[in-house]
Amino acid sequence: MVDLSTRLGDFALKNPVLTASGTFGFGLEYADFIDLSRLGGFIVKGTTLEPREGNPYPRMAETPSGMLNAVGLQNKGVDHFIEKIYPQIAGCGSEVIVNVSGKSVADYAAVAEKLSALEGIHAIELNISCPNVKQGGMAFGTTCEGAASVVEAVRKAWPRHLMVKLSPNVTSITDIAKAVEAAGADSVSLINTLLGMAVDIERRRPVLSTVTGGLSGPAVKPVAVRMVWQVAHAVSIPVVGLGGIVNERDAIEFLMAGASAIQVGTANFINPAATVNILDGITAWCDSHGVERISDIIGII
Amino acid sequence: MKYQLNLQVQSVNHLSNGLIHIELAPANGEKLPAMQPGQFVEVAIDKAKVLLNRPFSIYNATDTVLELLVKPLGRGSEAMGLYTPGDTMRVIAPLGRGFELPAAPCRVLLVGGGVGVAPMLYVARALNEKGIRPTLVYGERTAPDSRLKSRLSRYADLEICTDDGSEGLHGLVTAHPAVADCHPDLVLVCGPAPMMKAMHRIARERGLSAQFSLENKMACGLGACLCCVEQTTTGNRCVCSDGPVFKAEELPW
Repeated sequence: MVDLSTRLGDFALKNPVLTASGTFGFGLEYADFIDLSRLGGFIVKGTTLEPREGNPYPRMAETPSGMLNAVGLQNKGVDHFIEKIYPQIAGCGSEVIVNVSGKSVADYAAVAEKLSALEGIHAIELNISCPNVKQGGMAFGTTCEGAASVVEAVRKAWPRHLMVKLSPNVTSITDIAKAVEAAGADSVSLINTLLGMAVDIERRRPVLSTVTGGLSGPAVKPVAVRMVWQVAHAVSIPVVGLGGIVNERDAIEFLMAGASAIQVGTANFINPAATVNILDGITAWCDSHGVERISDIIGII
Repeated sequence: MKYQLNLQVQSVNHLSNGLIHIELAPANGEKLPAMQPGQFVEVAIDKAKVLLNRPFSIYNATDTVLELLVKPLGRGSEAMGLYTPGDTMRVIAPLGRGFELPAAPCRVLLVGGGVGVAPMLYVARALNEKGIRPTLVYGERTAPDSRLKSRLSRYADLEICTDDGSEGLHGLVTAHPAVADCHPDLVLVCGPAPMMKAMHRIARERGLSAQFSLENKMACGLGACLCCVEQTTTGNRCVCSDGPVFKAEELPW
């Protein structure tokens, strides 16, 4: 049987299957359907310093082979996570990675510092790529200077693995990746959603309350695989791939293109057992193709 | 506990007023999980070539049969009519918070508008088991199918309102004497937003205890994606997991 263990630098994962932030709640929402301890890890919903109500309804539009969302980082804040959520998931047997977002550089650093007290959290993912908030989010992730400033500040406040989630809504994602690497990131995850829009032609209005939103799902997968491949060749830190993965073949595409781990996102909405199905599918594929270690196929392209 | 089930289509009936009635059962004679009135299911509609599952009210449920009442409104729901007996359907159930039913016998008014009548059969059945026979005011564009009426009449005193006057009261449910002149102990409502807001106002004005079943567009159905939120008196809450049923006082309408 294939050895599925993988590494993001000094951060070891028992297998490469993670979940994408905002698609898996706090894991508890999926506990009726899957054994959470089987996952390499899961990335919980974007967490900010203060509670956020998010954007008004409607926040979602289905599009061909994908969906637009404009949730806008609705969450109850980092203190709620630390006091109420973390005790429920700390012993789940899987790595819990917290997605961190903020309106300002100081916000990001303050959230990271509070989380550093939780010894069971071995990694955070910096969200400098959310397209659905007016302040912060993608505003930081679309320039090299903005991205580097957030990473440098959080690097001082956070002692363990620092993953940075990149926006595809840029001219050169490799330039941003190099900037966050230089600023102290331990890994990069990509891609966050692509900025999109849908119109309700009968009502002659945008479908989403925010007009634009983030596109995810199978529709974005070729763009994501391309960007993972480009970034994997541009930086020396590990790359985590995501964007439209719904089965093991999609996941293996990302691994071969250079991802050391993958995140399952929109697929969780379609099949709450998608993550473990993908994990079992990767195992079966490797076994039937004579792959003894998953690391043997990572970045072979 | 929620489950992901592969159910077999037992029957698909196209009713005269445009609704589709579907019966589903476990293929291997297994038992279905217990479901509460007002809860819903998510269905993977493979025949629709859509990405996301679609939520449907539980029309009726026993430990061997799950019934859905579907109005074809878009690509997903339209494709529900393409299924034939023997097909399988992936169903996630039961989901959400259903209606809170009274413990002791009292007067209960049910109001269903269009396909919003769907949860009311199962609600009425559950009320009957508590010794309550509710009144159900059912508003439709045109006269409902006789099979639907006879089914609903078994468990409730059925009053019909139609937009075109083809049956019952010619007008809105709010004009029906069973609503306009009523003072029930509890009102349970499901239907289009303007109807629910009108019923919310009536309940507020008369100080009636009322609950409303919402149907915001949703993705996961599990409270994870936060797409289907409704603005409530305690902030944005997920219709899929905090609802779909909310009490009148939770809705700032």
